[in-house]
Amino acid sequence: MSGGRTEIELTVNGECRRCQVEDRTTLADFLREELGLTGTHVGCEDGFCGACTVNLDGATARSCLLYAAQADGCAVETVESLAGPDGELHPLQEAFRRCHGLQCGFCTPGMLMAAQEFVESWPPGSPPSDGEIRTALAGNLCRCTGYQGIVAALQSYFESRDQPRRRDER
Amino acid sequence: MKSAPFTHHAPDSVGAAVELLGEHAGRARVLAGGQSLVPLMHRRIERPEHLVDINRVAGLDRIEAGAEGLSLGAVARQRAVETSPEVARGWPLLCEAIAEVAHPAIRNRGTVLGSVCQADPSAELPAAALALGGRVVAAGPGGRRRIELGEFFTGVTRTALAPDEVAVELVLPPPPPRTGSAWLELSRRSGDLPVAGVAAVVGLEPGGRCDHVRVACANAGPVPFDAAEQVRPLLGAALDRESAAAVGEAVAAACDPVSDYQGTAAERRRVLAALTRRALLVAASRAGGAL
Repeated sequence: MSGGRTEIELTVNGECRRCQVEDRTTLADFLREELGLTGTHVGCEDGFCGACTVNLDGATARSCLLYAAQADGCAVETVESLAGPDGELHPLQEAFRRCHGLQCGFCTPGMLMAAQEFVESWPPGSPPSDGEIRTALAGNLCRCTGYQGIVAALQSYFESRDQPRRRDER
Repeated sequence: MKSAPFTHHAPDSVGAAVELLGEHAGRARVLAGGQSLVPLMHRRIERPEHLVDINRVAGLDRIEAGAEGLSLGAVARQRAVETSPEVARGWPLLCEAIAEVAHPAIRNRGTVLGSVCQADPSAELPAAALALGGRVVAAGPGGRRRIELGEFFTGVTRTALAPDEVAVELVLPPPPPRTGSAWLELSRRSGDLPVAGVAAVVGLEPGGRCDHVRVACANAGPVPFDAAEQVRPLLGAALDRESAAAVGEAVAAACDPVSDYQGTAAERRRVLAALTRRALLVAASRAGGAL
C-alpha cells in the first residue's frame, strides 16, 4: 500500500519551514534530507542511542521516534541552533572542546542537546555531582566510550557558568 | 530501518479518533507518545496502515488530582507526571516507577497511559498502575466504558481494548490513609527495561497492622503479575521481615517469568522474591513514617 503525504509547517532553529512530507518520514530524516541540517545524527533509529536528540517545543525528544508530520506547528531546535550566526561556539560547545568531550563526534549533537536541557534545568549555585551528570546523559551513548571527557566538559561548563556568581558572594 | 508506509491522521476530538479507528479497524493504531510503537514500526514488527495520532485532541494532556483520585489524560507525558507535585504527594509510587523508565528525552514524549496500553509485561508502568488499583476509561462507538486494570491486560502486549476503542483516561483512586508505597527493580543498565520489578502499596491501621496491601510485578509472566492471593496473609497481621519474606517466596512460586537474554526464569523468581520482600518492607516503613 502507498502511504499518505502531509503538508507541514514548522519552525526550525527560528526559521519557518514549509514542506510536503511522506507520513512515514521521521523528523530526523526530514531535518537531514529535506532541510540539509545534517548536524542531527541518526544512530540506531530505535530510540536507544540518543544521537538524534533535538529540542521540540522546549523539551528534548528523539527525532527518530517522531514522524515529521507530528511536528506540524511545532518549534524544533537542532544542534545547529547552539553556535552563534558568526560561528561563535555555545559555552557548552566550548566546554566540550576544552575538555576533549568528543572523539569521533558522532554522538556529540545528541550529547549537546541533552546537556543543554540538563544545564538549563539546573539552578545556579551548587553544581551537579559526577553521578548526577552521568544519570542526566545516560540516554546518550558514545561509541568511542569517551564519557570521561564529556562529564568533564559539563563540570567545566558549570564551573565557568557559576564562577562569576561565586566571586560576587565572596 | 524505516517504517512501512502508512497514513497519518491527526483528529482534533476523541469522537473523530474513534470514527477513524472504526473506519480502519484492525489496520490502524493509536499514536500517543510513540516511544514504544514507533521503534516497533521501524522494525516492522508493527505495520499499521493508518496511525491515529491523538496528540492534537485538546485536553488529553491533563493531570488532575481530586476526590475521585488522579486522572491522567491519554497524552499526559511521563515527565510531566513524574515532576507533578500533586502526583508526588498522593501517588509517589508512580513518580518512583516513572523515574526508572528510559531517559528524560523518552519520558518527555512517552505517556503513562500509552505505556499501560502497550502492555509490555516487563515495563514499569503497567505493574505500578495495577498496584495502585487503576482503571482505564475507553471511548468507543457506543460511548465510554471503564476497565479495571485487573481485567485490562490479556496477554503479552494485548489488552481488553477493542480495535475501534481508544483509551482516553487512566484513573488511580486516592490512596487509603497511612499508606506507603515502593517501586523496586533490578535492571542491568540505567533506563533499561528491568530484569524484574515490584510495586508494593501498604496501608497500616493506627495499631500498625496491615489493612491494605497490594503487590504487582513486572516481568513475572505474560501480564503484570497481581499478587493479591500471595499478600492476603498479611491483612490484619503485622508486616515484618519474616512475613514479607514469606510473601516473596509465594510470589516467586506462583509467577510465571520467561527466560531470555536478561536472565533465566529461575533467576527471575529469585529476584522477584527478594524485590517483593524489600518493597513490602520499604512501603511499610513509609506508611509508618506518615503516622
